[in-house]
Amino acid sequence: MKRALGLYATALYLFLHLPLAVLAVFSFNRSRFTLWEGFSLNWYTAAARNEQLMEATWNSLVIAAVATAAATVVGTLCAYGLWKKPARWLSTSLTLSLVTPEIVLGIALLAFFQWVFRFLNVKLGLDTVILAHVSFSIAYVVIVVLARLRTFDPGLEEAALDLGATESQAFRRVTLPQLLPAVAAAALLAFTISFDDYVITSLVAGVDSETLPMVLYAMARRGANPMVNAVSTVIVLGLGLLVIVSERLRES
Amino acid sequence: MRRLRFLFLAPAAGIVVLLFFVPLAILLGYAALTRGAYGGAGAPWTLENWVRLADPLYVGILARSVAVAAVSTALCLVLGFPLAWFIARAGRRKNLWLALVMLPFWTSFLVRTYAWMFLLRDTGLFNTALLKLGLIAEPLPLLYNYGAVILGLVYGYLPFMVLPLFATLERLDKSLLEAAGDLGARPWQAQWRVVVPLAAPGIRAGALLVFIPCLGAYLTPDLLGGGKTILIGTLIQNQFTNSRDWPFGSAASLALMAVVLALLMLQVRKKQEDLL
Repeated sequence: MKRALGLYATALYLFLHLPLAVLAVFSFNRSRFTLWEGFSLNWYTAAARNEQLMEATWNSLVIAAVATAAATVVGTLCAYGLWKKPARWLSTSLTLSLVTPEIVLGIALLAFFQWVFRFLNVKLGLDTVILAHVSFSIAYVVIVVLARLRTFDPGLEEAALDLGATESQAFRRVTLPQLLPAVAAAALLAFTISFDDYVITSLVAGVDSETLPMVLYAMARRGANPMVNAVSTVIVLGLGLLVIVSERLRES
Repeated sequence: MRRLRFLFLAPAAGIVVLLFFVPLAILLGYAALTRGAYGGAGAPWTLENWVRLADPLYVGILARSVAVAAVSTALCLVLGFPLAWFIARAGRRKNLWLALVMLPFWTSFLVRTYAWMFLLRDTGLFNTALLKLGLIAEPLPLLYNYGAVILGLVYGYLPFMVLPLFATLERLDKSLLEAAGDLGARPWQAQWRVVVPLAAPGIRAGALLVFIPCLGAYLTPDLLGGGKTILIGTLIQNQFTNSRDWPFGSAASLALMAVVLALLMLQVRKKQEDLL
């Protein structure tokens, strides 16, 4: 019974990880077909020379960085406020935004932006993508930070207040320093989610704000292209590293 | 204190209202408008978009989406339960095993879906290998069908099932199993009649966490199903791009949202608990 379970688990772990491993292996294939013809870095250099890919990567990095910064600040403040005194409607709303299908959130934001544009002279672009990303990242930040806050002793802040600190001093000098690892973990998570998003982004992006997932998506649909394997491998390794660091910070 | 707490919550509350509730309200408005000649929307106000949802064509698409999501959820449960049990019993290493389930999930959903395109397409790894071995003469149509969509959904959302199952199984009192054994139950009997009922909260939570994203999935059916599998996510997206029928697309989105809300209410009522 125990051995069978171990074998089963091994098979399932292979199912979870082999597809990505095979994808990575073939990114080093010399041939453009799915037959191994020897090791080469051609597809990596080709990807690095591809202007569309590089521009999209830059866009994705800018969007993820700005959206993460904003979502982390707003989400951390929100988690702190909720920890002090729960606000049921706000946590319910955040949960709701988390379970809303991406496609619904995307078209709702598209309809919203189009409606706002009637009154303002702007159009879809990097800024609309960033706003969308901030709105869906906040809930993740709140979850991670609030989970950490719930392990804290509220007595520490009270002690600081008794000793003459103001409310904001107690937050900045007692709670925040202990909270920083969780805040960093939340930020890394938000960055990962933002960097990878396709569905919402593709709906609210303008012509000048194509992101890396959008370019990859189009390439993947067009047909076999080992360049997609190469870029995918870099993404998995890069984001994987962020997730591992985030996990470590959360556990510390 | 009052004022300070307001300052903490205000930015998040403002963003949730402005970038979540207001956009949904605008969809509600669109859903009551008539589609214009050039793809816009305008007067007169109408209920026609909602009536159209009852058309057998669209009811069929919704039914198919529910079926695909239900099959994917069931497969996730069947595959994930023994895995969650394995992790919960793995002793000191369980955090590592759990991380190995979650890690690919957090990296990149798009890449994970693309990996299956790479394996399944006509010129993909499976077909190339089978052709080379002489086992088949023509590439097998592995991609662009419901099977591929379900495979992609199971692959994508299995971690959502394993996580809550693990959480309930880990807390399970092991002496209950020993008691069942002492009373003459065979191992599989004890599993089925003791462990599974006690894991019911985890099963419910996992099923909901998998079913909801599968029902509204857009990326997986589009990439792995191609044009041949129209599910509700694809239908909605089409209304806003190719068909340019925003009023109907809005009604369809809100209908999907209503289904999701109804499922969520069921769960919340069952267990007085929020995700946050």
